[in-house]
Amino acid sequence: MKEIVRVASGQGFWGDSLDAPRQQVEGGPVDYLMLDYLAEVTMSILQKQKERDPSLGYARDFVGAIDSVLPAVAERGVKVVANAGGVNPPACAAAIRELANSRSLSAKVRIAVVTGDDLLGRLEELIEGGHSLSNMDTGEPLAAIRDSVIAANAYIGSTPIVEGLAQGANIVITGRSTDTALTMAPLRHEFQWRADDWNLLAAGIVAGHIIECGAQCSGGNCLHDWRSIPDLANVGYPIAEAKADGTFIITKHAGTGGRVSVPSVTEQLVYEMGDPREYITPDVVADFTSIRLRDCGADRVEVSGITGRPPTEKLKVSIAYRAGFKAVGSLVYSWPDALDKAKLADRVLRERLDRLGLRFDQTLTEFVGYSSTHGALVERELIAGASNLTSELPEVQLRFGVRGPDKAAVERFTREIAPLVLNGPPSVTGFAGGRPKVEEIVAYWPALIDKKTVTTRVEIV
Amino acid sequence: MEIRLLDIAHARSGDKGDTANVGVIALKPEWFPVLQRELTVQRVAEHFAGVIDGHVERFDLPNLNALNFLLHRALDGGGTLSLKTDAQGKVFSTALLRMRLDLTDAEARTLGIQPGMKR
Repeated sequence: MKEIVRVASGQGFWGDSLDAPRQQVEGGPVDYLMLDYLAEVTMSILQKQKERDPSLGYARDFVGAIDSVLPAVAERGVKVVANAGGVNPPACAAAIRELANSRSLSAKVRIAVVTGDDLLGRLEELIEGGHSLSNMDTGEPLAAIRDSVIAANAYIGSTPIVEGLAQGANIVITGRSTDTALTMAPLRHEFQWRADDWNLLAAGIVAGHIIECGAQCSGGNCLHDWRSIPDLANVGYPIAEAKADGTFIITKHAGTGGRVSVPSVTEQLVYEMGDPREYITPDVVADFTSIRLRDCGADRVEVSGITGRPPTEKLKVSIAYRAGFKAVGSLVYSWPDALDKAKLADRVLRERLDRLGLRFDQTLTEFVGYSSTHGALVERELIAGASNLTSELPEVQLRFGVRGPDKAAVERFTREIAPLVLNGPPSVTGFAGGRPKVEEIVAYWPALIDKKTVTTRVEIV
Repeated sequence: MEIRLLDIAHARSGDKGDTANVGVIALKPEWFPVLQRELTVQRVAEHFAGVIDGHVERFDLPNLNALNFLLHRALDGGGTLSLKTDAQGKVFSTALLRMRLDLTDAEARTLGIQPGMKR
């Protein structure tokens, strides 16, 4: 058994840096490269692609990523674990197999494909079987939007990934695995942790949570002492160096930018957190109030003390459904009195939309440069006299959005922005981008399902 | 003495559906009790009045010198439904750090806290 296993994060979401995977395997010793591609809405985008072409539906960036790390995988034994399979893991595996063939490395690549998370084809059966798949936030049963559903996937845990690794795979491709399982599974496999070693599994989950967003734990988007964080253009992605007892060190390769510190790791630990005493995953419930952090010098933070307990009998299900249309348009108003001009433009626009009889579920006005991010807080501070900037603001962007079920109404709205340039308040610019685009909304519906209804499969291809 | 939360804490925020979370972390361990005392659920709810539509929950992580707040119905529907610039609640962190706190001069002196110390 290895004394230390190094899991390197090389992708925090689909669209993250194209160079990071290669930098992680070339910058120093690593055993596993972990690539997380899936966010809440990613599955629906992939499902739309699969509808158009049955050979698609996976994160195509992954093919380029594997191409860039193939020498390390084939020659140095680095293994890759990724949820790049999206809604079509077998097609993703086929693309990787083809790539390996084209590089004459096919004999050195053994791919495990994990399936079983995709519930789209089983929805009728599940609903008829008494699984309401109610929205976890609102309690509404899925039947209310059944006809609009375009993707439904259960979040699955580490077990099938561990099976794939045990069968000798050096590339494991999953669909909707939890992000954290991608890191925990290699540790469970290497250290032979049992499926009921709750504290150890929880440690693996915490390691996963810290590195799953790529450089966001190693200096990226870090508020603490942000001016002094060096060389973000060459930011080092994180690496978890784990031991069999579940303690691990978060670090990054020497010579890279960014910073790994107790504050940078703490910021990532609290990111997207709910109740810290129960971080629920399919494998284990981790207690984030048990985590101990210790600064071990130059870009090294030790993480220890983590406890966990048995998981629930449910899996979370990510459901995507069509939910109408939206469009957002903007114009920029300049000094003097930029805010007052933008406010007048907003009133004119709203009156125009009323006169046209357009109806939306929602409209939203924001004044970018003034109140779009902190909203009412800013207004209150000004009323309290704590700040005095509105008349002197050099510029304000009016940002106006509409949302509703009627595509024609949203289309009509997009024609009402440009006329304001000649018909509205003065000192206006920033319209060169043209009409706003109408976007179809694919919304997210979180639900729970009994674990026993979901069976995962692992296949070596 | 009036300070801003920014003077004694850093923070990160994110989303889960229509809920934003804000994790607030004391810049020094000895300042964590100030966060625990001042950042009551009621105080944070008042701070975000007019910004969020739902209730506020607080969880303590003394091991990290941090508090985690859940701000419900904060994102205008959340995710892709939201029309907001900050549809994923990424800068609710700094919105909370705007909060003004009143400390006694004695406490500020003992803890080494000054307004506008660090940005």
